[in-house]
Amino acid sequence: MRNFTIRQIIAGVAILLLLIVFPLVVSQSFNVHVMILVFMFGMLGVAWNIMGGYAGMFSFGQAAFFGIGAYTSSYLLIAYGINPWIGLVAGGCAAAVVAAVIGYPCSNLRGHYFAIASIAFAEIVRIVFNNWQMVGAAEGLSLPMQNESFANFLFNSSKLPYYYIMLAFLLVSLAVSYFIATSKMGYYFRAIRESHKIAEVMGVNVVLYRLMAIMISAFLSAMAGTFYAQYILYIDPGSVMLLATSVQIVLISMLGGAGSIMGPVIGAAILIPASEYTRVALGYKGTGMDMLIYGLLITLISMYYPEGVWKLFSRLGRKLK
Amino acid sequence: MNKAICLKVAGLSKRFGGLAANNDIHFFVEEGEIVSVIGPNGAGKSTLFNCVTGFYKPDSGNVFFFGKDITRMRPDKVCNLGIARTFQIVEVISDMTVLENVTTGALLRYSRIKPAMEKAGEILTFTGLYEKRDFLGTELTIADKKRLEVSMALATQPRLLMLDESMAGLNKVELREIIELFRKIRNQGITLIIVEHVMEAVMQISDRVVVLNSGKKIMEGTPKEVCSDREVIQAYLGEKYCAILK
Amino acid sequence: MPDQLLQQLADGLLIGLMYSLVAIGLTLIWGVMNIVNFAHGEFLMLGMFTSFWLFTLFGIDPIFSIPICFVGMFVMGTLIYRFIVSKVMKGPVLAQLVVTFGVSIFISNLAVYFWTPDFRLLPATMLQGTWQIGGVDLSIPKVAASFGSVIASVSMFFFLKRTKTGKAILATEMDREAALLMGINTERINSLSFGIGAALVGVAGAFLSTYYYIYPQVGGLFGTIAFCVVALGGFGSIEGAFIAGILVGLAQTLGGFYFDPSYKYAIVFMIYLITIWIRPQGLLGW
Repeated sequence: MRNFTIRQIIAGVAILLLLIVFPLVVSQSFNVHVMILVFMFGMLGVAWNIMGGYAGMFSFGQAAFFGIGAYTSSYLLIAYGINPWIGLVAGGCAAAVVAAVIGYPCSNLRGHYFAIASIAFAEIVRIVFNNWQMVGAAEGLSLPMQNESFANFLFNSSKLPYYYIMLAFLLVSLAVSYFIATSKMGYYFRAIRESHKIAEVMGVNVVLYRLMAIMISAFLSAMAGTFYAQYILYIDPGSVMLLATSVQIVLISMLGGAGSIMGPVIGAAILIPASEYTRVALGYKGTGMDMLIYGLLITLISMYYPEGVWKLFSRLGRKLK
Repeated sequence: MNKAICLKVAGLSKRFGGLAANNDIHFFVEEGEIVSVIGPNGAGKSTLFNCVTGFYKPDSGNVFFFGKDITRMRPDKVCNLGIARTFQIVEVISDMTVLENVTTGALLRYSRIKPAMEKAGEILTFTGLYEKRDFLGTELTIADKKRLEVSMALATQPRLLMLDESMAGLNKVELREIIELFRKIRNQGITLIIVEHVMEAVMQISDRVVVLNSGKKIMEGTPKEVCSDREVIQAYLGEKYCAILK
Repeated sequence: MPDQLLQQLADGLLIGLMYSLVAIGLTLIWGVMNIVNFAHGEFLMLGMFTSFWLFTLFGIDPIFSIPICFVGMFVMGTLIYRFIVSKVMKGPVLAQLVVTFGVSIFISNLAVYFWTPDFRLLPATMLQGTWQIGGVDLSIPKVAASFGSVIASVSMFFFLKRTKTGKAILATEMDREAALLMGINTERINSLSFGIGAALVGVAGAFLSTYYYIYPQVGGLFGTIAFCVVALGGFGSIEGAFIAGILVGLAQTLGGFYFDPSYKYAIVFMIYLITIWIRPQGLLGW
C-alpha cells in the first residue's frame, strides 16, 4: 500500500491553502468562474477515472449521468419543493440505478465496443429528455428564485460559496477515488482492466465489480450535475447532456493521466482554463476558431502524450531521485 | 486408506460447431494426487480445463468438486470454491508489480490489503520470486512469468491447482526448479492436475496420467502403464520417452 | 393505410441503403485496424461539400463528382492515416479512441471556419424528381444513392474476396501477426484500408448532397448511426454492414411511423444496445 510522504502532505496542504485563498485575492468573477469549472470538470474526470482509468471501461457517455443528476434535483425542487441537498443524493441514486440498468447488459463489452455502447446510451437519454414534456423537453428547466442560503444551495450575490462547495465536492470525490485505489476494489478494478479472464481466474466477480465502478462513477457525476443546476440555475438537454461534454471529460482524464488519482484534476486544471480563455479571446466571432484549436489539441495530445501529464511528472520525479 | 475424491469429471462433452473437442470424458482425481493430462495438440486438454473451471459451458456431463456439482458454474465462483488455474498463454496484470499481482489473488480470502500483501509475500517466498517482488509483470522472463502465474493461483488458496503447460519453453535448470516447486505445492496438501507436453517431467512427477486423443480419453493409468500402452505410443508418445523410462 | 405502410418501408429501405454506404468504409477501417474512426461522419461531410462546391463553382453535376470525391477522399484518408492515426496505433487504446475525435472536431470546425455553419442545399441537379410506383413515391436521388450503395457493397465484396490486395486486407483483418509473417506489408494495408474507407464515404457524401442539407455538423448524426450499423452488422463485415444499414433504416422509419418521429434515433440506438447485449459480435460477426 502506498502511503503519503511528508513532502507530499506538505505540498497538498499548501495547494489547498492556496485554493482557499485564491478567490479572496483574485476579485475578477470570471477567474473564479473558471476555477469553479476546473473543480467541476476535475470531479467529473475523477468520476470517469474510477470506471475508465481504474476498471478500463472507457465511457463516452458521462454527460448522461451528469444530466440525470442535474434534472433529478431540479425537477424535485420545482415540482415538489424538495431541498436540493436531498435532490443531490436523489440524483446520485437515480444516476446509479440507471447506470446499473444499462451497465448490466454491457458487462461483456470492452474497449471500443464499450465506448460505442456508452455513446448510444447517452444519446438515448438525451433524446428522451429532449422530448419529455414533464421535464420541459427541449426548453429545459429554470430553477425558481429563492432566498440565498446554504440550506437552499443558492447564492445570488457572490460566486464564493459555489467555489467552496465545489472545492469540497472535488475533495470528497478525490477521497473516494483514493480509497478505491488503495483498497481491494481498486486491485480488482485493475485486474478487470487487464482482462476479464485474469480477474475471473482470481475469483473476481467481474460483473459485480464492473457495476460497482459504473455506479460509483455515475453517482459522483450526478453530484456534479446537481451542482451545475444550482450554479447556473437553468438546464436543458443541449447544455447538460452533450456528447461534446462526455468527450471533454474523457480528454481531461487522458491528458492528466488515466488511472492515476490526481491525473484528472491536473487535466482539468490545464484544459479548462485553456479552452475558456481561448473561447473568450477567439470565440465571439462565431467562427469556430476555439473549437478548431481544441480539436487540434486533442489530436496532438493523443499522439504525443497519450499516457498523460501525470506519467511525465512521475517519470521526471523518478529521474531526479 | 480411502482418500476423498477431489475432482470427478463424468461424461463431459463439449462441441464447437461440428468438432467434438471433448467427447464423453470420465475421470477422477483423489485429494493429494498429481494427475497429468497428456495428448497431442488439439486433443481437447485445454477445453477440458476450461470446462472444469467454468470458462466454457460443457454441452453435457458433470463436474464435481469434493462432491459438489460445479458444472457450468461461473469461473469466479469455481475459484472461490478452491480451484485455481493457470493459462497456456501466460496471463499476468502487466502494470502491476509482482507483489501486487499476487496480492490481487490473495484478496479473495482477505478483505484488507495489508494481510493480503503479507500472504502474497509468504507465497512469493515459497515460490522463490520474493527477490523480484517489485518488478512489473511485463519485465519478467518467461520462466518467472510462469512462476508468477502459479503464485497468483496459489494466492487464492486453492485445494486444487490446475496448471496448463507451465513447463513449455523452459530450459533444463528452470524445468528442474519448477518440478521441485510442484512437489512442494503437493506437499502442502494441494491436489494438482497438469496439462503438459514435457514428457520427462510428466513421467517423473505424476501419480497417474490421463491420455486424451481427438477429444476422447483413450487411456488412464500410472506413468508406467501409459508408457507400455501401444495405442498411446502410437497416438502421441513415440517410442523414445518410454525407452527412457524403461 | 397499406399505401402508407409501403411508403414507410420504401423510405426506410432507401435511407437504410444510404446508411449501408456510409457504414461500409467504417467497418473496413474498424475490421482491419481495430480503430474506431470518429471522424467518419466528417469525411462524409467533406464529400458533400466537395460535391457542393464542384457544382456551385464549376457546374459539375454530383454524378460526375463521384469519382472526384472517391479519389480526393482516398488521398485525404491515406494522409490522415500516415500522419495521425498510425502514430497512435501502438499507443494506449484510449488514445486510439480519442485521436479521431480530435480529428473530427478539427475538420468540422475547419468547415465552420471556411464555410460558416449555414445549411445549404444543391439546386436542381441531374438527379431530381420522384417516381410514382403503385402509389408509392420514390425520390430519384435516393434511388440513385441506393444503386450506388448496392454497387459499392458488391464491388467491395468482390474486391476483398477476389483480388490479391483484397485478400491481403482480409488476411490482415483476421490475423495481423500471421499476415505480417506471410510477407504482407500491414502498414501499407492499413493506409490503403483507411484510404478506401474514406473514399467510400466520400462517394456516399456525393450522393447524399443531391437530397440532403449540406452543413459542417452533418457528420455527427450519420457518424453515430454508422457506428451502430457497423456494430450491428459485425465489425469488419461488409455484408453485415449492408444488411444492418437496411435494418436500421427500416427500424427508424417504422419506429417513427408507429411510435413518435422524435424518438426514431432513440429506437435505432436501443436496437443496437439490445443486439450487442444478446450477440456482442454483431449479426454477421464471428
